[in-house]
Amino acid sequence: MTMNADLRRERAAATFQPLLLTHILDGGPERTRRRKEIEALVLNDPDFQHEDLNFLSRSQRYEQAIRKSSLMVMKLREYGIADPEEIFWFKRTCTGNVPEPLGLHFSMFQKTIETQTTAAQKEKWLPLARGVKIIGTYAQTELGHGTHLRGLETTATYDPATQEFILNSPTVTSIKWWPGGLGKTSNHAIVLAQLYTQGQCKGLHAFIVPIRQLGTHEPLPGITVGDIGPKFGYDEMDNGYLKMDNFRIPRENMLMKYAQVEPDGTYVKPVSDKLTYGTMVFIRSLIVGDSARSLSRACTIAIRYSAVRHQSELKPGEPEPQILDYQTQQYKLFPLLATAYAFHFVGAYIKDTYHRISGDINEGDLSELPELHALTAGLKAFTSWTANAGIEECRMACGGHGYSRCSGIPDIYVTFTPSCTYEGENTVMMLQTARFLVKSYTQVSSGQRVTGMVSYLNDLSRQRIQPQHVAARTVTVRINDPVSLVEAYKARAARLVEAAAKNLQAELNHRKSKEDAWNRTSVDLVRASEAHCHYVVVKLFAAKLSEVSNAAVRAVLTDLCLLYALFGISKNTGDFLQAGILTSAQITQVNQHVKELLAVIRPNAVALVDSFDFHDVHLGSVLGRYDGNVYENMFEWAKKSPLNKTQVHESFHKHLKPMQAKL
Amino acid sequence: MALLETSKYSQGSVFGNVNPDLASERQTASFCVEKLTALLDGGAEQTRIRRAVVEAIQSDPVFSSENQYFQTQNERYEAAVRKAVHLQKKMHEMGWTENGPEYKYIYRALSGDVAFLLHRVFMRSISVLGSDKQIAKWIPLATQLRLIGSYAQTELGHGTYLQGLETTAIFDIATQEFILNTPKISAMKWWPGDMGRSATHTVVFAQLYIHGKCYGIHPFIVQIRSLQDHSLCPGITAGDIGPKMNFEAIDNGYLMLKNVRIPRENMLSKFCEVRPDGTYVRQGSQKINYFTMTAVRISLISDEVLTPLMKACTIAIRYSVVRRQSKLKPGEQEAKILDYQTQQEKLLPQLAAAYAFHFINNYLQELFDRGYREIQRKNFDMLPELHALSSGFKAVITHQGTAAVEICLRACGGHGYSLLSGLPSLYTKILASCIYEGENTILLLQTARFLIKCFMAASAGQPVPPSVTYLAAVKPGKCPAKNKSDFLSPDIYTEAYQHVAVRLISSTAAKLQDLIQSGAKKYDAWNQCTVQLVQAAKAHCHYITVKNFAETVEKLETKAGIQRIMKHLCDLFALHGIFSNTGAFLHDGYISAAQMDMVTASYLDLLAVIRKDAVPLVDAFDFTDKSLNSALGSYDGQVYQRLYEWAQKSPTNKMSPAYERYLKPLLHNALSKL
Repeated sequence: MTMNADLRRERAAATFQPLLLTHILDGGPERTRRRKEIEALVLNDPDFQHEDLNFLSRSQRYEQAIRKSSLMVMKLREYGIADPEEIFWFKRTCTGNVPEPLGLHFSMFQKTIETQTTAAQKEKWLPLARGVKIIGTYAQTELGHGTHLRGLETTATYDPATQEFILNSPTVTSIKWWPGGLGKTSNHAIVLAQLYTQGQCKGLHAFIVPIRQLGTHEPLPGITVGDIGPKFGYDEMDNGYLKMDNFRIPRENMLMKYAQVEPDGTYVKPVSDKLTYGTMVFIRSLIVGDSARSLSRACTIAIRYSAVRHQSELKPGEPEPQILDYQTQQYKLFPLLATAYAFHFVGAYIKDTYHRISGDINEGDLSELPELHALTAGLKAFTSWTANAGIEECRMACGGHGYSRCSGIPDIYVTFTPSCTYEGENTVMMLQTARFLVKSYTQVSSGQRVTGMVSYLNDLSRQRIQPQHVAARTVTVRINDPVSLVEAYKARAARLVEAAAKNLQAELNHRKSKEDAWNRTSVDLVRASEAHCHYVVVKLFAAKLSEVSNAAVRAVLTDLCLLYALFGISKNTGDFLQAGILTSAQITQVNQHVKELLAVIRPNAVALVDSFDFHDVHLGSVLGRYDGNVYENMFEWAKKSPLNKTQVHESFHKHLKPMQAKL
Repeated sequence: MALLETSKYSQGSVFGNVNPDLASERQTASFCVEKLTALLDGGAEQTRIRRAVVEAIQSDPVFSSENQYFQTQNERYEAAVRKAVHLQKKMHEMGWTENGPEYKYIYRALSGDVAFLLHRVFMRSISVLGSDKQIAKWIPLATQLRLIGSYAQTELGHGTYLQGLETTAIFDIATQEFILNTPKISAMKWWPGDMGRSATHTVVFAQLYIHGKCYGIHPFIVQIRSLQDHSLCPGITAGDIGPKMNFEAIDNGYLMLKNVRIPRENMLSKFCEVRPDGTYVRQGSQKINYFTMTAVRISLISDEVLTPLMKACTIAIRYSVVRRQSKLKPGEQEAKILDYQTQQEKLLPQLAAAYAFHFINNYLQELFDRGYREIQRKNFDMLPELHALSSGFKAVITHQGTAAVEICLRACGGHGYSLLSGLPSLYTKILASCIYEGENTILLLQTARFLIKCFMAASAGQPVPPSVTYLAAVKPGKCPAKNKSDFLSPDIYTEAYQHVAVRLISSTAAKLQDLIQSGAKKYDAWNQCTVQLVQAAKAHCHYITVKNFAETVEKLETKAGIQRIMKHLCDLFALHGIFSNTGAFLHDGYISAAQMDMVTASYLDLLAVIRKDAVPLVDAFDFTDKSLNSALGSYDGQVYQRLYEWAQKSPTNKMSPAYERYLKPLLHNALSKL
């Protein structure tokens, strides 16, 4: 079919070459080439074709996912693809971004065995896991306990007589709940439990627990395991529950790289537990990348559809205009497009930083870790909250059709939204960042200097020489200059960190306990963290501009960067006004400039989403198709609906006909 | 003692007892829950009737929604049809009628999970748009369900903008028929409820052509399925549009018409008629029709927005006192998550919003009742104001209600994500309300148009409708608050909201004037100001909501602690609005930076005050466990037992073929073959 005329016009009118921008997002032309090569392996493979998932029941979707997982294991080996990023590209194209029941086996289960076992344990378990002779998952969360790990209730009691651990789920709240792949897929799980030996609790430790019989896949005696039922999304994932009743495992099944239990029950303490930081930083950095990608997909769908959809009239007597020509529609979508770009650059920055310092971590140099840990916690929360709201905004911008599953945005949303909760609940994450910010502020107050992203706090101490509120200092802000806007965000972050730290001190002066004072200041603290993260994002986006060599691409990215920064101000004018960073007159200018930028970006909107370079398979959307042939394909899609299987639905015979007969 | 009676009514626990963490919350209520319930219902007698209806429906197994989270779209549809058919019988049995006091509670008791809702819209449109003769012919048939109706307006390519619809109805004088056609794919009717599988008839909106001349959009009754065997009529292509975010039970449909002929009498002709010779005649005033469309927007607030919002608050707040997480004080038990300030700041403003919207809904209902009486006396003066209010409030309440339910969902952490929490379904249902009956942005712009007009009139000293008289009294000035407790004065915050609304409306009006004076075309100037216009319309509605809440509190009886707690909620609603939109109030210095710190302090203090009554405040909404259908929100708070028990029923816990087919070969070394 030919390309929709509106989209063709949009693409012809772009002022830059999308491919050049794609190269920047991928990290170079060579990587773009390799990515497309790997994607083609899947797209051209008939084995990976499947029915539209929207029309399948959950059980069918699970079965399809297992089929694909198994196939992927074999094909990846066949093609010799082993680089994690390349595997990611491959899988993403196979699954169209839906979760994979075997996902935790390859990530958490295998990774934990790699990093937390002794040499002997590694030798035993790693070949089994790598060869998929066993399938494992990672069982941490319990029905009654999530983020607060120390609260977990599962017990592992050491019995020196048999040299075994006895695992128990002593209460309903201690049932393991949520782990992916636990319900139906896995036959092993790494279980986190409170270790008891010689009558003492030694805290949380990890154990490898077989849960299903090899060969029959039946649950083992003493094990109750199953699927936790339907969720908002994640239909293909068998998130599971696990209840253990005096279930015995050999002593060797405790992961003993750090802590150990000797045969007689003597407990040997671990050296340091800071190392687990590294994994958390890594996983949270992945979520930042996922925020960028998920929001980009939603933007691609909404912007293409807005170029195809015509509605109402702008000028009397003229044909209905593309809805993308309405200022209100641009105001909904373009700031999100700018945000998606901003988050791409933030994701890349964290990943690079992690790789840069992970060498140091292995050498035992952990000095940069606390800041990176604090930063990724906050950015994980900041980007996932923003993307979560942004995806919904994109869906709403597609009107009624956005609500249909065929738009693909409902799926993006339900798959993405749990990332606000998992790997650290967002509010808790923001408070962790706040703890670091307050600590840095306290250091500065006591005359020390701080480094890294928080170094702006050093300015506060200089400020203190004159006894005036930080807010009183004047910042000259040029609203057309990204560098100047970074300064404005910096000033806002400094002001909110200071305000939160002072409020915290005031609460403490009221003779409150430390914890009470912290709790009574936590709303302020979250705001401070948000302002800090917002500053970091603006700063990283602005810094990226100087790296772009092509003038046309740099121009369009500069527009986006300005829009991101100015829109953020216009949504948070109170912070900038209250701190005296901007005057009311400047705010009015900012609001005006935002609207001007919308018109500037408008001609490049479609090219900017094309640059994300998602294949239709990645979008899973009728509204967002590259060729823009929306309506014909909606009709084709609807015909496949299960309700349309028969011409006359059985409800007619069962209920309607008998009723009408009785009347 | 009234408290205990409520709990007895609400639920016995299948798990034997109420979770002590929830029970203790109920013992310290500062007000009488039963009295508040009666206030919400509009009197104790209404409470009694509502409970009787809910009990009659929910004790009948045919109406059970027990397994709905596990059902496929086909099963949900069938259940909805079954319930709709059974409801006819039930109403007869109970002696309920469409005009009786029980009627409005039936839908609530069924949680909307019933087919043929569009059948009612079909009937209403015939009553409003049809001639007396047409009413006499069709309404009895529809009332007895001898036919099932739908209402087909929206098309694949066209929504809110009615003039853009493409379906055609060409009058053929020779046969005295209209010939209906779907000329292209974007003209296919798309979305109408009950049309995909159930409906036998539908009201189709199409462009009327006579002698090659187009007369615009008109409604036609078209039969689409056989009354004998339910097969599609000749020339009709119809079916279900496929899965959506919610409404699995409803067969939203598509409809394609190919040379479908209907008799001339099938054009609904109260206002316009085509005579046998092809003469087109307009008759009567359309204003009453216009009023009906407007009234529909208000009528959806109660069932489609307030109910899901109140349910979501109930679930999230009850769960937040059962869920314990981390420690607030070393050595103590893990704390209830509602004791965290951040959790309070998420949930309590939503609770306050639920009450605020309940009271503004009452205000709007009264206004529309009065408007209806005036219109019957042929006085149409109130129409523009009613239209502006219904558009703006429909948009603001559906939007904020949706945001609130999502906050409740995410405030329940991982378990909120389970369908068994009930929250995902509430969310996906309420969010549809942002789109249907007028897309929100477009509605806000309609309100803005009215506001700008009134502002100009007021500036010129002309009279304006009551809800906007404040625009005439523009007084510059500063907020007089001197300390944080001043911000607990309704006069102080209501004035602040009024000030912001006036500022946004007047500055946008000025900007429009400027643009036009500097040579911009009117429509261009309008498009360039739409972002500001939307903000102005929202500010107006926010102001009216705060003002109405404060006035309502003023009039409440002081007994039983009701007025005191409602005053706290009103303060919280108002201060939350300032706290989360500080820029609007700081912009021209009406509230100073120092005063804004007082607002924040006062706001955060209130959270701790309302925290103590949070559970009684949601208990007062008086939802049964069956209505909530939530493992997290039940009256007895036995959250974890219920989650565990419900999960067992999931069809995914039956043996899946996936192991034999795929996992086994994988585990048994299919790999080694490579």
